[in-house]
Amino acid sequence: MQSGDKYGGGGSLWPRLEPLLPQVQKPARYIGCEDGMQVPEHGPAIVSWLLTYPDTYEIGLPNQGLQILYEILNERSDAAAERSYAPWTDLEALMRRDRLPLFSVDTHRAAGEFDILAFNLSAELTYTNLVNCIDLAGVPIHSASRCDADPLVGVGGHCTYNPEPIADFVDFVVLGDGEEVVGEITDVVREWKRAGKNSGTREGLLRELSKVPGVYVPSMYEVDYDGPALAEVRPRYADVPAQVEKRTVADLAEWPYPKRQLVPLTEVVHDRLAVEVFRGCTRGCRFCQAGMITRPVRERPAEQVSSMIQQGLRRTGYDEVSLTSLSTADFSGIEQVISDTVSDTGVGQVSVALPSLRVDAFTVGIAAQVQRARRTGLTFAPEAGTWRMRQVINKLISDDDLFGAVDSAYSQGWRRMKLYFLTGLPTETDEDTLGIAELGRRCVEIGREYHRSPAVTVSVGGFVPKPFTPFQWFGQNTEPELRRKIELLKNDLRGTKGVQLKWHDSRASLAEGITSRGDRRLGAVIEYVWRHGGTFQEWSEHFSVDLWLEAMAANGLEVEWYVYRHRTQDEVLPWDHLSAGLHKDFLWQDWRDALEELGLEDCRWTPCYDCGACTGYGIEHVVASATPPAGGSQGTGKSASLTGSVPVLLQPRQSVEVGQP
Amino acid sequence: MRLRIRFSKHGKVRFTSHLDVARIWERALRRAELPVAYSEGFSPRPRLSFGLALSTGHESNEEYLDVELDPERQLEADLESLPEALSACLPVGMTATGVVVIDRQSPSLQQAVTSCTWQIDVEPVDLEVANAAVTQALAAEQIVVTRERKGKEVTDDLRPLVLALTVDQPLEDGVRLIAELGTQPRSLRVSELLSALQPPLVELRVVRLHQWISNDVGERFDPMSVAPAAAEPVGVS
Repeated sequence: MQSGDKYGGGGSLWPRLEPLLPQVQKPARYIGCEDGMQVPEHGPAIVSWLLTYPDTYEIGLPNQGLQILYEILNERSDAAAERSYAPWTDLEALMRRDRLPLFSVDTHRAAGEFDILAFNLSAELTYTNLVNCIDLAGVPIHSASRCDADPLVGVGGHCTYNPEPIADFVDFVVLGDGEEVVGEITDVVREWKRAGKNSGTREGLLRELSKVPGVYVPSMYEVDYDGPALAEVRPRYADVPAQVEKRTVADLAEWPYPKRQLVPLTEVVHDRLAVEVFRGCTRGCRFCQAGMITRPVRERPAEQVSSMIQQGLRRTGYDEVSLTSLSTADFSGIEQVISDTVSDTGVGQVSVALPSLRVDAFTVGIAAQVQRARRTGLTFAPEAGTWRMRQVINKLISDDDLFGAVDSAYSQGWRRMKLYFLTGLPTETDEDTLGIAELGRRCVEIGREYHRSPAVTVSVGGFVPKPFTPFQWFGQNTEPELRRKIELLKNDLRGTKGVQLKWHDSRASLAEGITSRGDRRLGAVIEYVWRHGGTFQEWSEHFSVDLWLEAMAANGLEVEWYVYRHRTQDEVLPWDHLSAGLHKDFLWQDWRDALEELGLEDCRWTPCYDCGACTGYGIEHVVASATPPAGGSQGTGKSASLTGSVPVLLQPRQSVEVGQP
Repeated sequence: MRLRIRFSKHGKVRFTSHLDVARIWERALRRAELPVAYSEGFSPRPRLSFGLALSTGHESNEEYLDVELDPERQLEADLESLPEALSACLPVGMTATGVVVIDRQSPSLQQAVTSCTWQIDVEPVDLEVANAAVTQALAAEQIVVTRERKGKEVTDDLRPLVLALTVDQPLEDGVRLIAELGTQPRSLRVSELLSALQPPLVELRVVRLHQWISNDVGERFDPMSVAPAAAEPVGVS
């Protein structure tokens, strides 16, 4: 049976969508038409992918991962890729009323006509939107209920390092870099399609997919529980791998994508050219999942970055380029790229955005060089208020680094500063929390030396422990505790001129905590929230913590067990059968070091700690310079003037009991 | 030097907003490497000035924008090939249809344009009903509507802004009206007109056909023809 029979048999849904668009907000979200859009050919020998971002167009369109795969797949003669985004609630209501299914924005083809619905999952709170999009496509939400004619549902992105909470809804999961593996998946699905997608062959297809390195097929694994605890996750067949390793592309230079970045017709977040300068990070911040799971560091050659910028600006007409990575000032070629870009006069006035500034004066110098056109505000992320706390989380920025950076910024004309912090970190005391307010005040004082009314925004988020980090064993602060800490800061900063406090909703941190380290039993919770209207949970106007708590209770699951409890060393974690390349004993040791307040230097410029990310895959860090970049203490906590002579491992203090259960 | 550009907007791109169109033009002008002048100051912006906003969802045969060029830089493209070069930098559905040089002293499009001609397709009604609604509106001395503006109720007479209104032809799925609606001292929106008719009509598809500049003695000009006599409109018609 051809999938077209069930899902509409080809053709564009545009004539049915068009009359609905005057009735909804921001209709340009649904029209496609971007520069860079492709209109691929479909056919029986072509595997069609619908790359979907389960949030609004404005959030999803700029996603680089999705755009990279869109191009790579469309370059293949046996693949076709289109895109889709979650329709906002106003259009969804009209679509459900008119029985209009989810569609691609490229050719407005029905989602159900694609062979693969592939979702990018960057945030846990989009899980209910994932389910909603599958349902809007007209596809059964449970993997187990799908038949041969139904599309395959695949997911990738950072959240999928613990895909267990969504295991019921997906057919396959991709771990790590997608550039190579999407082709291998295409090969397997193409052969199945060629054989006619015959009835009863879906299970065999999934089993084949489970053998592709980096592909995890949840239905090929059996899960045993021991009361609330997880006993074992084991493959159902001998040829299904016991542990699935992530994929890592060795050389970014071979993947200069996106070559034709999509230029949307309507405003989106990050509405600028983006060029990825490196992938991976070895700063070793212990709270940071992105830094841990994307190792090793792989830099793009500076010349390639420069030419991607030059060609990209000319093609798109953008006047701003963002150099993306997890810590762009660490890029070996940063100075060359900036001088190339600034001296390229052919494209007029260009701003360079550095989305992840390191906290030091050197970085501010770079920012000053590139943000001549629009000097609006600078953002730094000290992450914690005291040096003690920053050693625990291994964000080794001294107070002097921060004050130097802030002084440098104010002296060079910036008036607004934004500082990012986390609260609810392991071992955090009220002194550490209040240190956040103190840093904010000190920064304003520095600013007063240069301006009459300097402004500092202190933005505080509640810490949610993530899989494959040293903090994966840490019991998240309770919601009332996070709220208390925010209140502490609010009271402390009341009446303080120049410091504006912003905070993340602690209830959203709780919901994120439920999904981030959950097991397969969370599937019923996500389904409950979705069935009770809980979509767009990332949006405060739609978020409802009560729904999540109700859903947990309805399924007999304890928030205490899933969120607030410290895990033990011998515990089976729901993601133990997956691997981000990191040795579990490395992570455990780093967790113990954190509790001892021991910092760990960046391994790009020091001997290897054998975290596993390089050795496991036979890949080296790809870094153009063997010496650390200039300026500041470079996140080592060392004094800038004494670089190289002060040991970074400070004397341990007495052991500290972690958090509160 | 100041250029006046005329362009059309049809098809899917009609769902972009006025602000979206402004951003699309900023990028298109950079891609076409036109030496656009930038404002001074903290946050330099290209010196573009758009005409009357077109409602999101409406199409247009004639939209306009004025572009100030940097006197220090040379315009390398010749005016005749400019519409084609600009169109190549615009999304499908937006086409530059003409470029003229205008006097830098000439009033802005927002000030100068006095009326627009609209093609308005409405949901099916009996032709007699449509005709009666139009006749009644034209015969009325006043068409008074109240609307809320900045939290206050304002009463407006729309009648002086209805310069022409006819039932054009019945369509397969509706009725087509042609209207010329005034834009000074404020623009009469198509939706306002339709809801003020008796009975109110429901819009399906709206196209702005022309924009006009009238003088005190009632002569109508095309916005492209207010240029100095030496500069003729160029480009595709």
